Amino acid sequence: MKVTVTVNGTEVAAELPDRTLLVHFLRDVAGLTAANVGCDTSSCGACTVLLDGRSVKSCTLLAAQADGRAVVTLEGLADGQGDLHPVQQAFREEHGLQCGFCTPGMVMAAVSLLTENPDPTEAEVRTALEGNLCRCTGYHNIVRAVLAAAGERRTR
Amino acid sequence: MIPAPFTYRRAWSVEEAVELVAGDGEDAKFLAGGHSLLPLMKLRLAVPQLLVDIGRLAELSYIRDEGDQIAVGAATTHGELAASSVLAEQLPLLAHVAGQIGDPQVRHCGTIGGSLAHADPAADLPAVVLALDATLVARGPAGPREIAAADFFRGLLDTALEPGELLTEIRIAKPGAPGWAFQKFTKRAIDWAIVGVAVQGDQVALVNMDQTPVRAVAVEAALADGASAQQAAAHAAEGTSPAEDLTASRAYREHLARVLVRRALVDAHGRT
Repeated sequence: MKVTVTVNGTEVAAELPDRTLLVHFLRDVAGLTAANVGCDTSSCGACTVLLDGRSVKSCTLLAAQADGRAVVTLEGLADGQGDLHPVQQAFREEHGLQCGFCTPGMVMAAVSLLTENPDPTEAEVRTALEGNLCRCTGYHNIVRAVLAAAGERRTR
Repeated sequence: MIPAPFTYRRAWSVEEAVELVAGDGEDAKFLAGGHSLLPLMKLRLAVPQLLVDIGRLAELSYIRDEGDQIAVGAATTHGELAASSVLAEQLPLLAHVAGQIGDPQVRHCGTIGGSLAHADPAADLPAVVLALDATLVARGPAGPREIAAADFFRGLLDTALEPGELLTEIRIAKPGAPGWAFQKFTKRAIDWAIVGVAVQGDQVALVNMDQTPVRAVAVEAALADGASAQQAAAHAAEGTSPAEDLTASRAYREHLARVLVRRALVDAHGRT
């Protein structure tokens, strides 16, 4: 079927097999490789993107389910003028990554959390990141980064 | 992994969805959030020829206070249930449990109707609707019909829905007894329950203690006879037939059921 998705503000259209997963549409059709295929079973969260503003696991959605809707990937967060998104900046400053594989999903999950709950407690951040696994076990700094990003939003 | 080939169609009304599925019988499936179905399709444990997407039907996404009962559209997501002020006030058990399913990403996609129709005995919501004596409304080519939750779950991943029938609404009478509780035991936060228990008043239902969710009949009988939470919980595993799997032995599940039922009854009593 023909699938048309607004990806990071730009319309991307392609004729695809009906069984195409959203993560493959993003990586292979749109050429955006930040969303990683990790577990491929909706456990690890490495493929997390925003669908109409809410975090979803793109390995467990069909591209067809996103047809006519808006997707934001990690590549769509920064302004393109050299400034990182506040959550990206916070991950950098708080050393919220080690190998980096889980990072795109962690950042997108954090962006979704801060949209729903702009001022989370540490416990709320940890709960909200339950669906994102970091095999480097770098969770402390990831949580610190999300709290720092929330603080940054408050002071701006 | 990608699923085996199938044809995808999007329905724009319940009527259209039922019509689209009608010709394909067992080979067609409704797709809502897809978070139970797509993982099965990736593993080739389900190989439907036709998927009819009902995920965008606004007519299936609502939470309504209808006076003596609450009506929930089958395509309402777990996230919407968890955030509902109507449920927080009238049916906090359902809102609370929905907020404990999976993780935020899963709750943004997964739906109550999908979870019930999938009928995994390890899922939380089937036990909740069983504890609440909900009525499930299905629509097929012959029109709508009502199915009591007690008659809905037939076996492992098997329900009273006929091929081509779509679960459209869950109706739940406002509880007479206010005390409620939910307990589940998992290895990791996002995992399926090894065992779980939902309590509303003196109605107790168990997660993953049989091929279907089950009411803890012996616990309810003991409570009716005036037993304490401790005494009643000792009966939690009676009449159940939990699976043995990599996660837990049967004896371990039976032990967990007794522990979790006791905790849940104490919690529920604390909320009266």
